[in-house]
Amino acid sequence: MYVAVKGGEAAIANAHRLLADRRRGDRSVPALRLDQIVEQLALGVDRVMSEGSLYDRELAARGVAQARGDMIEAIFLVRAYRTTLPRFGYTSPVDTGAMQVERRVSATYKDLPGGQVLGPTFDYTHRLLDPELAAGADVDAPAQRPIEAEAMPRVSSILAHEGLIEADGDMPLDHIPGDITREPLEFPMARDIRLQALSRGDEGFLLALGYSTQRGYARNHPFVSEIRIGEVELELDVPELPFAVPLGSIRVTECQMVNQFKGSAKAPPQFTRGYGLVFGQSERKAMAMALCDRALRATELGEDVIAAAQDEEFVISHSDNVQATGFVEHLKLPHYVDFQAELDLVRRMRAEYEAREIEDKAEDKREAAE
Amino acid sequence: MRGQEAREQAERKAIMATLAHAAADEIARLWGGSGLPSEAELLRGPETGLVTVRGRIGGGGAPFNVGEATVTRATVRLSSGQVGHSYALGRDKRKAKLAAIADALWQDPAQREAVETKLVVPLRAALDATREKRRVETAATKVDFFTMVRGED
Repeated sequence: MYVAVKGGEAAIANAHRLLADRRRGDRSVPALRLDQIVEQLALGVDRVMSEGSLYDRELAARGVAQARGDMIEAIFLVRAYRTTLPRFGYTSPVDTGAMQVERRVSATYKDLPGGQVLGPTFDYTHRLLDPELAAGADVDAPAQRPIEAEAMPRVSSILAHEGLIEADGDMPLDHIPGDITREPLEFPMARDIRLQALSRGDEGFLLALGYSTQRGYARNHPFVSEIRIGEVELELDVPELPFAVPLGSIRVTECQMVNQFKGSAKAPPQFTRGYGLVFGQSERKAMAMALCDRALRATELGEDVIAAAQDEEFVISHSDNVQATGFVEHLKLPHYVDFQAELDLVRRMRAEYEAREIEDKAEDKREAAE
Repeated sequence: MRGQEAREQAERKAIMATLAHAAADEIARLWGGSGLPSEAELLRGPETGLVTVRGRIGGGGAPFNVGEATVTRATVRLSSGQVGHSYALGRDKRKAKLAAIADALWQDPAQREAVETKLVVPLRAALDATREKRRVETAATKVDFFTMVRGED
């Protein structure tokens, strides 16, 4: 027998009304505007774009506001919105070498064409909470240094280095890039598909896995060959025009890790590479992605798979925080019938267990008496 | 003749790039003072959709999909027959329509100069100024290494 139970409409409607009220908060405090979120919580907006896998600042800001600052909820909202739009096509691959660079550092080479450019970084700050920020003090305009524009080629393309550093990752010429938004995940997967999953993966999850590789679980001796942040141009091939149509530019963060590698049956000793590319300004995420990309190449490079970060199915199946939160959070929804069934089962098992106990004790007594 | 055609295509593409980068308000403001017609028959859109952004493994290797971006496009036809297209990141339908009309007008020899001088030149100047400002601000954070000599001789 199955009895459907209905109810809760009024409670749900009132809960959502209460949510809207609490979201707005104290009415004597001015309401946040989306442009304030875009401008002043820019890195939070970038995270929502990266993990929501949708580059649109205003939509991401709307998500942040609607979710009361709950990032995963905001990411969920953005992912849901994506599914309502038709797809016009795939852009030409972005050229990060032609980026309008806003930050570029290398931890492996001091002197590079274009130099070390710090940009708007938290690095070298003292991590002291600033009382002036709370007081709403005015902020100085940035310093300017009118120097000649200098090309800033990717470090990896400057230094071929006697073949001691691996080339950029190639795929067979007839390989069509896989798309996890079109086809279900299948393991083992090609590196291009892994990178797509990692780029939208949860920052905290990838950070923890990257950290685990540094602490010895799949140790791979990384160096940051280069991090660059800035705007890259997007172009799209369309049938109605004889050239790739320019779409404008997006900000991305790219991380190139090089990893010392002692060689294996499959590859000679060299520096191997891990790659990270994410929407917006997020070098923590790009670095974590590069560490995970390298760790997940274990099989390709003939390394033993001994740690979580090298386990493709483990990492990729659990990196998506919308899927993860959906499955974890569904546990709080009504499971009354399931639980009743299990309660009945446990009751029966307990009764059998107790009956057995009594029987065993009686047996023991009989044996003792004999 | 082929060189001429290639040059025209490059110019048209550059103008489409400028329009794609420009803000809708800025395009509308310049349009207001340009005397250019702002109406045309809409053949498609303006409509918003997604493009999947691609990168390359290691920066220069095989392509892979990074994520999606919103794009709005429009196609218009002028009464004189020229068909114009526009594509730009974001969801601004007013901008998409104006940019498509600009593309169509540019193809009309009688309007090309007005489109370039009244619309494209000032838009490009504003974009260049923004880029240059960002560039010199970034350049001020470039590290100048120097060597410290310790001890005597």
